[in-house]
Amino acid sequence: MPSPPTSRWKFRLPRPKAASLSLRNGSSLDTAGAPAENPALRRFAVATAAATFALVWMGGLVTSHEAGLAVPDWPNTYGYNLFFFPVSKWLGGIFFEHVHRLVASGVGLLTTILALWLFGRKSRPLLRWGGAVLLLAGLVALFFNPQSPGPSHLGEDLLLAAIGAMFLVSSFFWPKCEASPKWLRRLGVLAFFAVVVQGILGGLRVTLLKDELGIFHATLAQLFFVLMSAIALFHTAFWRNLPEKAQRGAKGLRRLFLGATLVILGQLALGATMRHQHAGLAIPDFPAAYGKIWPDTSPAAILSYNQPVEIEGYAPITAFQIILQMVHRLMAGIILLWVGACAWLARRQLGRRHPLSRLASGWFWLIVAQIFLGAATIWTGKKADIATAHVACGALSLMAGGLISMISFRCQAAPAASSN
Amino acid sequence: MKTSVLILAAFALAGSWQIAPAADVTGKVTLKGTPPPEKEIAFTDTCGPMNTTPVTTRHYVAGKDNGLKNVFVYISKGCEGKTYPAPKEAVELDQTKCMYQPYIMGMMVGQTLKIKNSDTCMHNVHASPTAANGAEAFNIPQAAGQENVKTFSHPEVLVKFQCDVHNWMFAYIGVVSNPYFAVTDENGNFKIPNLPPGDYTLTAYHLKAHGKTPGVSQAIKVVGNNAVTANFTVEVPPPAP
Repeated sequence: MPSPPTSRWKFRLPRPKAASLSLRNGSSLDTAGAPAENPALRRFAVATAAATFALVWMGGLVTSHEAGLAVPDWPNTYGYNLFFFPVSKWLGGIFFEHVHRLVASGVGLLTTILALWLFGRKSRPLLRWGGAVLLLAGLVALFFNPQSPGPSHLGEDLLLAAIGAMFLVSSFFWPKCEASPKWLRRLGVLAFFAVVVQGILGGLRVTLLKDELGIFHATLAQLFFVLMSAIALFHTAFWRNLPEKAQRGAKGLRRLFLGATLVILGQLALGATMRHQHAGLAIPDFPAAYGKIWPDTSPAAILSYNQPVEIEGYAPITAFQIILQMVHRLMAGIILLWVGACAWLARRQLGRRHPLSRLASGWFWLIVAQIFLGAATIWTGKKADIATAHVACGALSLMAGGLISMISFRCQAAPAASSN
Repeated sequence: MKTSVLILAAFALAGSWQIAPAADVTGKVTLKGTPPPEKEIAFTDTCGPMNTTPVTTRHYVAGKDNGLKNVFVYISKGCEGKTYPAPKEAVELDQTKCMYQPYIMGMMVGQTLKIKNSDTCMHNVHASPTAANGAEAFNIPQAAGQENVKTFSHPEVLVKFQCDVHNWMFAYIGVVSNPYFAVTDENGNFKIPNLPPGDYTLTAYHLKAHGKTPGVSQAIKVVGNNAVTANFTVEVPPPAP
């Protein structure tokens, strides 16, 4: 009979790394399935996740400055190749959108390298031959293409050749490490395709002028950040050693964590919808809403809400936008309570020194900070930097929830492992 | 004999054209209430030197005797079932000193809109018509001195134009399917010429005062060549609590 849980976190002697962990469905997971220790790869994965966070921040700045359509063309920028657009033209809203595209390209490159790195030395032939083909294609286009259709042409050919050369050269210096486990390699491939889809979505949002695509683009960005953070987490010693360290499984908590994370994802999608209404602040006060608990949404009231003079050409406030913001506020309250319950229950069931208790506690304070930033966004009249910090903190909240949920699943397997 | 008949018929036809009754509809839109004060636009480094005097927003621009400028006045009912050819002359929307000129204007469905960049800097012209599910929305780059032409095939009051590079730049165009529209001048006056006899609904729409509502309307009747006067009052909605 298992001993009743105590409130004290105990370290146990490390178990053999190849210990088998029983899962709920009867299958088993070998701890050897965790990636082997590779500090360079771990650092690179962490750097890629950090770059993704910077990209989310930059994307938040774009919408906060209403600059998403300041560059009307894609993949070019005002007819120039993205990387050859003159700095002297990075003016007004163009600056935010163009820098966002540049950072996105950087994240795309980092993700590609990471995905290849997960395949270890198996990537060498792909890099060598793929690089040679790209280099050749770039050179052929550069010297034999009869057309010269404007400023972007030369840049694209050169860029293709440069990428090819980079891949080709890197194949000779590519790490000779073993490939990561299959499931991790699959995650790398998923990340690669996700970043490609995300880039195309961002481009289509610009060329098709569809706000719906912008909402999807913003939400997928948050999920992509979770994915990149998870890949980084899986390469840490913390993750590798978790089954040995976690004496107690998080049974009963994992659904709570996962549920809260999904609600946060819904909240972020709601926030993205609000931001893509281009209406400024639908409700300018907090915690009241137009001085009331629930604001009047009659046509006469809506008309009066639209009277304040704005310099920016915001879209008129509508009843839909007001309801959207009210739901966003209510959801914030639910999330605060939910994550608070997660932190409290984790501490009660697992003890305050258990990694999950500590992480859940940090998660709770992140939600508190996020709500404060949401309020500050309103109090400052949607100041761009504050609104962007709110977006970024939202991304961190989702990432924290996602990783904590994954950790809870890994802890879940621990008691069975200890029985082996 | 045959030639004489043809000449007579031609004269008769020309005469009938000349005497086809039509009247001018004139009036004034007056602002009632005190609007919120306009804000001064803080231009960026590029646009600042182009504007040596302070420039403000243009939400409520009232002139003599509270005459309200930039009200779009048009025939909203009474022209159904009739088709009107679009004028051959283009209407022009200019970007000068990092502002759209004019702020409010009108055009007909099918008429050519010339969009011009008279500035020395780049702009993007982002139009957001919502009619036909936004099918005619566009966003085009415009280098200094560049011109583009566009048309709209669906009526809409008002279509928003904005520059996302300079977020204070926006303008609106009323797109209608008949030629009977006007925009009030600095004293709130308007004139819609040559409206044929009939019963109509005349609507005055002010963007800030009317928002998503259709504006204020009144029924008018045109009889023969008798000029019609139609005045409107636009009230400033009460501010939010």
